[in-house]
Amino acid sequence: MLEIKNLHVSIDGKEILKGLSLTVKPGETHAIMGPNGSGKSTLASTIVGNPAFEVTSGSITFEGKNLLEKDPEERANEGIFLSFQYPVEIPGVSMVNFMRTAINEQRKYRKLPPMSASDFLRFMREKKALVDMDNKLTNRSVNEGFSGGEKKKNEIFQMAMLEPKLAILDETDSGLDIDALRIVANGVNKLKTPEKSTILITHYQRLLEYIVPDYVHVLHDGKIVKSGTKELALELETKGYDWLK
Amino acid sequence: MEKQYIELYKAHHQLIKQNSAAIINRSRDAAFAKFESMGFPSTKHENYRYTDLKPMFSLDYGLNFRRLNFPVNPYQTFQCDVPEIYSYQFFVVNDSFYPPKKKHNGSLPEGVIICGLKEASEKYPELVTQYYGKLTAPQNDALITFNEAFAQDGFFMYVPENVHMDKPVQLVNIMRSDVDLLANSRNLIIIEKGAKAQLLVCDHAMDDVNFVANRVSEVFVGENAVYENYKLENTHNKTANLSTVLIDQKESSDTLTNLITLNNGISRNNIEVEMNGEKCEAELCGMMVGGGQQQIDNHTTIKHNKPNCHSNELFKYVLDDVSKGAFTGRIFVEKDAQQTWAYQLNRNILLSKKAKVRTRPQLEIYADDVKCSHGATTGQIDEQALFYMRTRGISLPEARLLLMYAFAADVIENIRIPSLANRMKMLVEKRLRGELGMHEGCTLCMH
Amino acid sequence: MSDAIIHEVTQSEYKYGFTTDIETEVIPPGLNEDVVRLISTKKNEPEWMLEFRLKAFRQWQKMKMPDWTHLNIPEIDYQSISYYAAPQKKSISSLDEVDPEILATFEKLGIPLEEQKILSGIAVDAVMDSVSVKTTFKETLAEKGIIFCSFSEAVQEHPDLVKKFLGTVVPACDNFFAALNSAVFSDGSFVYIPKGVRCPMELSTYFRINTQNTGQFERTLIVADDESYVSYLEGCTAPQRDENQLHAAVVEIIAMKHAEVKYSTVQNWYPGDKEGNGGVYNFVTKRGICKGESSHISWTQVETGSAITWKYPSCILMGDNSTAEFYSVAVTNHFQQADTGTKMIHLGKNTSSRIISKGISAGLSQNSYRGLVKVGANAENARNFSQCDSMLLGDKCGAHTFPYMEINNESAIVEHEATTSKISEDQIFYCNQRGISTEDAIGLIVNGYAKEVMDKLPMEFAVEAQKLLQISLEGSVG
Repeated sequence: MLEIKNLHVSIDGKEILKGLSLTVKPGETHAIMGPNGSGKSTLASTIVGNPAFEVTSGSITFEGKNLLEKDPEERANEGIFLSFQYPVEIPGVSMVNFMRTAINEQRKYRKLPPMSASDFLRFMREKKALVDMDNKLTNRSVNEGFSGGEKKKNEIFQMAMLEPKLAILDETDSGLDIDALRIVANGVNKLKTPEKSTILITHYQRLLEYIVPDYVHVLHDGKIVKSGTKELALELETKGYDWLK
Repeated sequence: MEKQYIELYKAHHQLIKQNSAAIINRSRDAAFAKFESMGFPSTKHENYRYTDLKPMFSLDYGLNFRRLNFPVNPYQTFQCDVPEIYSYQFFVVNDSFYPPKKKHNGSLPEGVIICGLKEASEKYPELVTQYYGKLTAPQNDALITFNEAFAQDGFFMYVPENVHMDKPVQLVNIMRSDVDLLANSRNLIIIEKGAKAQLLVCDHAMDDVNFVANRVSEVFVGENAVYENYKLENTHNKTANLSTVLIDQKESSDTLTNLITLNNGISRNNIEVEMNGEKCEAELCGMMVGGGQQQIDNHTTIKHNKPNCHSNELFKYVLDDVSKGAFTGRIFVEKDAQQTWAYQLNRNILLSKKAKVRTRPQLEIYADDVKCSHGATTGQIDEQALFYMRTRGISLPEARLLLMYAFAADVIENIRIPSLANRMKMLVEKRLRGELGMHEGCTLCMH
Repeated sequence: MSDAIIHEVTQSEYKYGFTTDIETEVIPPGLNEDVVRLISTKKNEPEWMLEFRLKAFRQWQKMKMPDWTHLNIPEIDYQSISYYAAPQKKSISSLDEVDPEILATFEKLGIPLEEQKILSGIAVDAVMDSVSVKTTFKETLAEKGIIFCSFSEAVQEHPDLVKKFLGTVVPACDNFFAALNSAVFSDGSFVYIPKGVRCPMELSTYFRINTQNTGQFERTLIVADDESYVSYLEGCTAPQRDENQLHAAVVEIIAMKHAEVKYSTVQNWYPGDKEGNGGVYNFVTKRGICKGESSHISWTQVETGSAITWKYPSCILMGDNSTAEFYSVAVTNHFQQADTGTKMIHLGKNTSSRIISKGISAGLSQNSYRGLVKVGANAENARNFSQCDSMLLGDKCGAHTFPYMEINNESAIVEHEATTSKISEDQIFYCNQRGISTEDAIGLIVNGYAKEVMDKLPMEFAVEAQKLLQISLEGSVG
């Protein structure tokens, strides 16, 4: 599904990823762990096409298509979703308007007619229930005045709406208390199907108690230095990252 | 350049006077003398740094001193059949009040007078004498003196004490001519103590000639009165819309001025709100969309002359192509006007390399117990927000549009008539999509 | 707050208001071409310098005083002013030869002229009336190739440098006062920092108007060559006199590639008395150009003196990636008037500027911020942030803000914020309750309000400026 080969990425001329390779097959859940500054968020940003990051060499393909040639919105419509570490506030744009535009753009991309207003509202109601999303949040502007936990929940709600094939959760657990974490993780698990893949980017093992990965990779200095199963995460928890360097 | 107008006046002042009313004629010569001595200001003049009047007045325009009727029937041209903007509708064609049809409007509330200024001067001389020229007299602005020298008619509205208008009043200004035309219309609006009124002004141009509309409005808002004034400009690129609105507020009155400019050649709004009683509220806002070679200059003054008044000003510009925007917001707090709150914000987005904006938010404060602030920003659409939207699959152009609508939203939210707010929102969105034509007649009514 | 307190504390006097009794050579009042020639002859100037002056003078005669300010400037009779005054003893080679009275004067002002005051680590050029009387630390600086001397000396010793840069930032006829200065300027300071040199100490000029009926027209020229750095301080005082004195200076700064110039001013000219008599008219043109790429100019000013101030230290950001700052505190009390601010002209790519202005008005004074941010059509990615706050102490003063923003490039981001406030009685009461006197509370609050700017001053100046701020405002409780 996702194939990253020897990826080198720089920002402002400074190389962050230095030859990273990763393969994610349909239905798999991969956790990417590593200390601060190891390049975890850079990887997420690069997959979704943040223009601030420059790919100097290497390749990323998604279902056989070259992602690097595609705009961020094309990547999204291909079925890649990023739950941002720091979701952006967009004053004046209501959540409803935002989501309806996104859904209809996706339908247009897939050559489907736009969703009617009533269908859309029904669909939204359904998804809100799934992730336990408060009505008052969807009536507000995108992320504006949301607490940290509400923003993360809103990310998962959008994920539920857009039904991606590949979901990347960038530090979705950071800044969440235990209850919020459980709700967010539950949402993610409910959305999981056998065809859908997930990449979890996290600093701590905590999230992995709720969303169990098939594989765990340790990122250090722009490369994956160790891969393993979920036991690796536990090992990291007790030993820290230093022994891998 | 002013010479041609000076000569014109000298040659035709009798004709002008014969075709107007005595009260309007009274200050005419004095206004002309003032204009003759000052002429048009150059761009060296602080108030006209960003609008050059000279080129727009140097064409050879027709002026309709004889009050000839132009062949147009606005009631046929502008069928207003949108029930949600149900209003009392009136037309001014160039600078002449167009006789209204009774059946079209139903009857106005008891005591309310709406008619042409010339007619009002003849029928209600005491009323007009009491107010006409009172706000323009202390002014030294060339556009005002020019208007006062040449104006013969315009719009008159009187809402007596404690009368609340049940529907908004809609004034449609239509420019209609086969030759280049200069029109000086003069409006007088009196909202007495405790009265409430809403006025919606739509400016349109029908013919493909050069128009200059130099309109001056005096507005008197009595104690505890509420006056809302909405203006939509949607003309064409050969129209220069010069509008001066002077508002006098008495104690505890509340005014709202909301301007929306979509298509036009040159727009110059001179707005002055004077709070001459305590506890007044004034809101002044505008959404300006500029494209092509449009020039938009809002020159606003809010005078806090008495204590405990609040004002709030918000102007937003979206400028594309080679359009130019200018904003001057002067807040003046008089010596004893303690407990003043005055807020002002001007935000601009430039969409093209050649678009330009000039902004001057100014505070002049002579009292110490005040809360005043102003802010001005010029920038682009938020890149981070754009990227976020793109990761949700929204295309770049669509994301830009969404953010521009959002940018315009708070000006539109200030419109207190919900159906009008919806319509304005739709129009602004259409304009931002580049789908709003300039010759669609009364855009508020036709769609 | 009661008037009693206001009255009590506004009694604080201008402490620099003494005169010094020294022999001075003064030319008779009046201004014509002969006077311009006389000044040039007295200074033994080369022909090109005289030409520069005459050209400016001829233009000046055709010019008018600016009338767009928010100032009420009384008619100035330019023929009643003497355009040249100098302490008699000239050409001083060592400190011993300086008139002891002058030394005493600068001592009184707290200006270290003696080399033993090495600890203060500042090189000083002291200008009394029209003439530079002593420059310290010259030799130390010379070792690094730094030139720091009086302007007259620079004209004699480094004519090529002066000729190359004089009038390139502020053209001789830039404005009425700059033209006047260009015609009759008598002295000032000249600084040249060679390539790659970081000036090891603060350079400082101290200006003092002493003689009656004289105008002071000094000229400062600072050139920082590639990759150099200098921090420059300017201070000024004048005696207390009933009539007004005219000060029309010009400062030019040129920053080449990667150079950095910090210019700090503590302006404390005599502001006039409580009734508004006397005081200095301070009409100054200061401008810097970030000529080379990645150059940086920073203006910091604390303006507490002068009856009337007309001053807009500006920057032309010509080099790509250049940056500029303007930090200002302007205090007006009694009948003082100030119209001050800055201009930031963005021409190069990726340039950024920052403006922080804090105005404080008290008494019957008028305090205006006037500023221009202009982004040229080719100035891609220009950034500006401006914040202009006003504080009113009392209900008889005025605080005004007149920013102009002219944006001709769509990639610019320009932000302006301004607020007006007063010290609330609650704040004062809170301090009182904690045992702080009202006077001290105001000092605390005002210093807090101005902190962002004060922090930009070099240490040596900051303490003095803080005291000054407190003194100028004492008792002006709102």
